[in-house]
Amino acid sequence: MRASHSHLEVLPRGLQVALALGLVALIAFPFVGSDFYAQMVARMMILAIFAMSLDLLQGVTGLVSLGHAAYFGLAGYALAYFTPAGEAVSLWWTLPAAVAASGLAALIIGFFVVRTSGIYFIMVTMAFAQMVFYLFFDNKALGGSDGVYVNFKPDAGIFDLENKRVFYYFTLAMLVAVYAFLRRVLWSPFGRVLAGIRVNEHRMRAMGYGTFRYKLAAFTLAGALAGLAGYLWGVQSGYVNPELMGFHMSAHAIMMVILGGMGNFAGAIVGAFAFETLLSWFKDLPTVGNFQLGKHWQLWMGLFIVAVVLFAPRGLLGLVERVARRKEREHE
Amino acid sequence: MDLANVLIQLLNSVQYGLLLFMLAAGLTLIFGIMGVVNLAHGAFYMLGAYLAWSLSSLSGSFTVAILGGVALSVVFGLALEWLLFRHFYQRDHLDQVLLTFGLIYIFEEMRSILWGDDVHGVKIPDLLSASIPLTDNLSYPVYRLFMSGVCIALAAGLYFLISKTRLGMKIRAGAFNRDMTEALGVNIKLIHTIVFALGVALASVAGMIASPVSSVYPNMGSQVLIMCFVVVVIGGIGSVRGALISALLVGLVDTFGKVLVPQVAGMLVYMLMAAVLLWKPEGLFKQ
Repeated sequence: MRASHSHLEVLPRGLQVALALGLVALIAFPFVGSDFYAQMVARMMILAIFAMSLDLLQGVTGLVSLGHAAYFGLAGYALAYFTPAGEAVSLWWTLPAAVAASGLAALIIGFFVVRTSGIYFIMVTMAFAQMVFYLFFDNKALGGSDGVYVNFKPDAGIFDLENKRVFYYFTLAMLVAVYAFLRRVLWSPFGRVLAGIRVNEHRMRAMGYGTFRYKLAAFTLAGALAGLAGYLWGVQSGYVNPELMGFHMSAHAIMMVILGGMGNFAGAIVGAFAFETLLSWFKDLPTVGNFQLGKHWQLWMGLFIVAVVLFAPRGLLGLVERVARRKEREHE
Repeated sequence: MDLANVLIQLLNSVQYGLLLFMLAAGLTLIFGIMGVVNLAHGAFYMLGAYLAWSLSSLSGSFTVAILGGVALSVVFGLALEWLLFRHFYQRDHLDQVLLTFGLIYIFEEMRSILWGDDVHGVKIPDLLSASIPLTDNLSYPVYRLFMSGVCIALAAGLYFLISKTRLGMKIRAGAFNRDMTEALGVNIKLIHTIVFALGVALASVAGMIASPVSSVYPNMGSQVLIMCFVVVVIGGIGSVRGALISALLVGLVDTFGKVLVPQVAGMLVYMLMAAVLLWKPEGLFKQ
């Protein structure tokens, strides 16, 4: 394998400033933008958490999971099952329980998939995620292909998640917390071992690290954080269906991580925002003559993805990095 | 279940397994020889089915549809290899995943634009529409036997091509050591183009002969792709023999699972895969 992707672990000063400005923009947004767009941004933030959780595997550890959506969807379903038909349920136990359910599923599936590597890992993660998908899709008792409604938003006690603005800031707080936590993990001894596994697993094993346990821990943690995102998705949309666990959802997450740039979590956030913006832009394309451009958004998305792989394999932050490196050389 | 019923399910398992083998063989060949993971492989199956439907309704002949379909899908495979895939042989698996994921989107939408989103049926040719009686009230359709026959013939042809011919020798040598084979004067680029087109043709033929039984519908490719992955994972990547044995195994487990324990049938195949992975993480016949 050629290491052709960006692993910009140390963020350049310029990018740190950009992230800080982005945070200010996100805090200010509900006061500036309309309700419709605030909801869209909240959804992007949820997907950014999901993308960051995958980046822990894909960018940091070098494990490309094509089944990450399974853990995203499972927590959403957990919330739906916890919520009684007629009343709200407490956020304070359902959130940890849903995250734990996703983490547990990731631990069990991880036990099987983490022994494999490379292309095998990609295929096996995808196959297990399909198993979870069909478990819910085929079983009427679990909601079937129609999915399940979450009739009431969880009751947080001190703040009201039914209020869209409160939910927005709750999601933003989660986004910041997950980013800070993952950056902390990246630079912890545990994170350094994961990065070592990406670079050369044989060497890490020769140095005495039980790489199986480290990879399994990363897989479980990534699954649990994907569950956090899935829980928030369930709260926001009030509805979960098997599509959340499907192949396309997993592939979207990979795409977001690549688009932004891997291995630093900021890329995953940038990628999620860029991907979702692009998607809604493609869907809003006008009709030319008899041809509805917007209706065929999948075609433009596909062409865009192929173009990215062909011309910008290191993602958007990879482009930034290239420009930054060129400037450095000019200074020397 | 009485004996005749068991026999019918057995024949169905073999037929489904052989069909999966046609797809998995192409997938595992393209991976084993060129190192490319192809998520869009299911799209070639879909292409075959839609070509069979289009050509048979245009010409009225199933034979013309099959022959024309093979020719068109080979041309399609050659063009795709030449335009895109050859630039990805040496690249990261992640790049290949993304490229082929993008292609899934493009192919699905092109299918929708060209052929629409309706479900279509393909008529079984008159010559093959009979049934063979097994007992007084059970009979087996000739067409399903024909499907198995085509798959067996193609599998035998594939085996002969790879293990007995000069071209097959070059293919194996190229998979073993690309640079050395090239240094010996073999045109490895041409070999890769041929293998890729062969993989596309196998998947497309599978789609064509399956179309009268499974009908022709959107997203048919992605469903079958996942089964193919399971087959390749169980069989061991790059191994054609492993793909054959594991495809038959998967066919057996899936078909009898649906009859005997329909509640959990959807998951049985994945449980089989999990069991094999516990026992042999690299598949049964890893090369």
